[in-house]
Amino acid sequence: MQPFHTLTGTAVPFGAENVDTDAIIPARFLKTVTRAGLGAHAFATLREDPANIFDAPQNRGAPILIAGDNFGCGSSREHAPWALADMGFRVVIAPSFADIFAGNAFKNGILLVALPQEQIDRLMEVAADQPLTVDLENQVVTTPYQDRFAFAVDPFRKDCLLNGSDEIALTEALGQDIAAFETRLASARPWVGGAAARVAA
Amino acid sequence: MSAPRTLYAKIWDDHVVRTGDDGTDLIWIDRHLIHEVTTPQAFEGLRLAGRRVHRPDLTLGVPDHNVPTTDRYLPNPDPASTLQLATLEANCAEFGVELIGIHAAAQGIVHVIGPEQGFTLPGLTLVCGDSHTATHGAFGALAFGIGTSEVEHVFATQTLHLARAKAMRVTVTGTLGFSISAKDVALAVIGQLGTGGGTGHVIEFAGPVIETLSMEGRMTLCNMAIEAGARAGLVAPDAKTFAYVEGRPRAPQGADWDAAVAYWRTLPSDPGAVFDTEIVVDGSAIAPLVTWGTSPEDVVPITGTVPDPAGFADAGKQVAAAKSLAYMGLAPGTRLADVAVENIFIGSCTNSRIEDLRAAAAVAQGRRVAPNIRQALVVPGSGLVKRQAESEGLDRVFIEAGFDWREPGCSMCLGMNPDKVPPGERCASTSNRNFVGRQGPGARTHLLSPAMAAAAAVTGRLTDVRELMA
Ligand code: SF4
Repeated sequence: MQPFHTLTGTAVPFGAENVDTDAIIPARFLKTVTRAGLGAHAFATLREDPANIFDAPQNRGAPILIAGDNFGCGSSREHAPWALADMGFRVVIAPSFADIFAGNAFKNGILLVALPQEQIDRLMEVAADQPLTVDLENQVVTTPYQDRFAFAVDPFRKDCLLNGSDEIALTEALGQDIAAFETRLASARPWVGGAAARVAA
Repeated sequence: MSAPRTLYAKIWDDHVVRTGDDGTDLIWIDRHLIHEVTTPQAFEGLRLAGRRVHRPDLTLGVPDHNVPTTDRYLPNPDPASTLQLATLEANCAEFGVELIGIHAAAQGIVHVIGPEQGFTLPGLTLVCGDSHTATHGAFGALAFGIGTSEVEHVFATQTLHLARAKAMRVTVTGTLGFSISAKDVALAVIGQLGTGGGTGHVIEFAGPVIETLSMEGRMTLCNMAIEAGARAGLVAPDAKTFAYVEGRPRAPQGADWDAAVAYWRTLPSDPGAVFDTEIVVDGSAIAPLVTWGTSPEDVVPITGTVPDPAGFADAGKQVAAAKSLAYMGLAPGTRLADVAVENIFIGSCTNSRIEDLRAAAAVAQGRRVAPNIRQALVVPGSGLVKRQAESEGLDRVFIEAGFDWREPGCSMCLGMNPDKVPPGERCASTSNRNFVGRQGPGARTHLLSPAMAAAAAVTGRLTDVRELMA
């Protein structure tokens, strides 16, 4: 994943509560075979209205999304963070996030920032015409008006985001342990290996 | 002597690559089954990062969710599903993964072909990007569904970071009555536990009823463990398990077989092993069950009536029940046996194996599908099941009775291909989920056993199969 340190940019003051993953990316777009391109269909229902917030010229390609409580509830589809990332979002700020969505967003390099509702209200106000800054290292969101809102983040996830290390890379770093296990497995339970044919790649 | 351990703990302990400091372990994965829907983005991720599939010899692909169940040599009218199927083929070729292709004799639903091929074995960890992976637990394998990021993680490392679940034992006592199948046991367990009852647990099914179930029946039961909220279902491997596995194409042979069986015999839970939760279900009391609502826990005996939402103790359940009944177009107090259906689906990874088809054919034999039935599909779980059924003449029984005999796949279980229940119509279905819109937008699903589905087909309404077979 791409490393995340500090990001300054436009924030879309969306603010809606209980946005479920079907609203983020409707089921009819799940027959896709890539992560790319889903951004065009993100929030499809909402964006049927030509005056929607996401297609306003000043918000196109904005890296920050501000939403209401319980963002990302509903089905566990990983297409939701893919769609958000494809739209250009790297941060979502909301009072709270649904659990599975939070895991999926992290796996796809999106930073979720949970802040109390009154701070969200203030950010919504500022975002109307000013950029926000999200500083992961110092765990703080700032505005050009000297607002400073600290946020909590899981240390493991923070580390991954700062270093741009995805979970796979972290596990690959344990390659010696895995190789040792494979050696033990081959002698203790030799029937496990070779179940499927090796096909020339 | 070490402390007595459960089957679940034994499998877990034998697969820990490394114990983490955050409550999770890095767990080795012995088997990875893949299909066309949840893998394209995982392969894409590998490609973007320049990674390979670490152990192609532990990975097996098959298309199932999207495949047409009609003649597959005709053009597929859905370009999106055509692309997903082609993508699976191209990815398997690029990454050196064996694929049982759409025209292969052994093609079928991923959870049917795993056991059939001897790819599924006792004591393994097995994953697939599909929640009904729990099916393989019937062999005493720790099998569970994963998301696409995890699919990519397994591709690249053959491991997953996992936290240990709690262990639950569901003991089914007594003996099953006439015409009562594993599906009825599964529905009875979910009815008793509720869809959240198994949350955070891996369920081991045990007791005299489970011991008497065939491997097909155990698969039906473990398949639906997920509908009780459990992470996985398990049945201890026994002589029946070994007999099923022996001689299958990918099963161990010779000295490997002997060593494997010796190991598998050590797996059943030790006497005195402690489970976090213990549930007892009276198997002798189970009647043929059907669902009336939009959750698999909404079960009643076929002899019963549609419940009154006001009768539920908790307020949330009252609201949910009222909503379910509105969607299902049912009034409280209606006798289930008076509910007419227009569609019949015998298939899915829950009930598409040879034993299921035999049970349905026994009811269909010499009878006719009722005139009010608009479609009655029999969709075998795999090409091998289909051929076996044909060699036993079951296809003739179904066709003569007026059923449609199809090619293997997921079909009407989730309506990703053209096999859908039309809006507002009812379906007596042997699948596992009766969620809103699961079998097509507006479709009304009643879950039941294969024999009960066949009984509904010949009478045109939900029917107590015991009356037909007495
Ligand atoms: S048959 Fe249904 S439940 Fe089973 S794998 Fe296919 S879609 Fe999933």
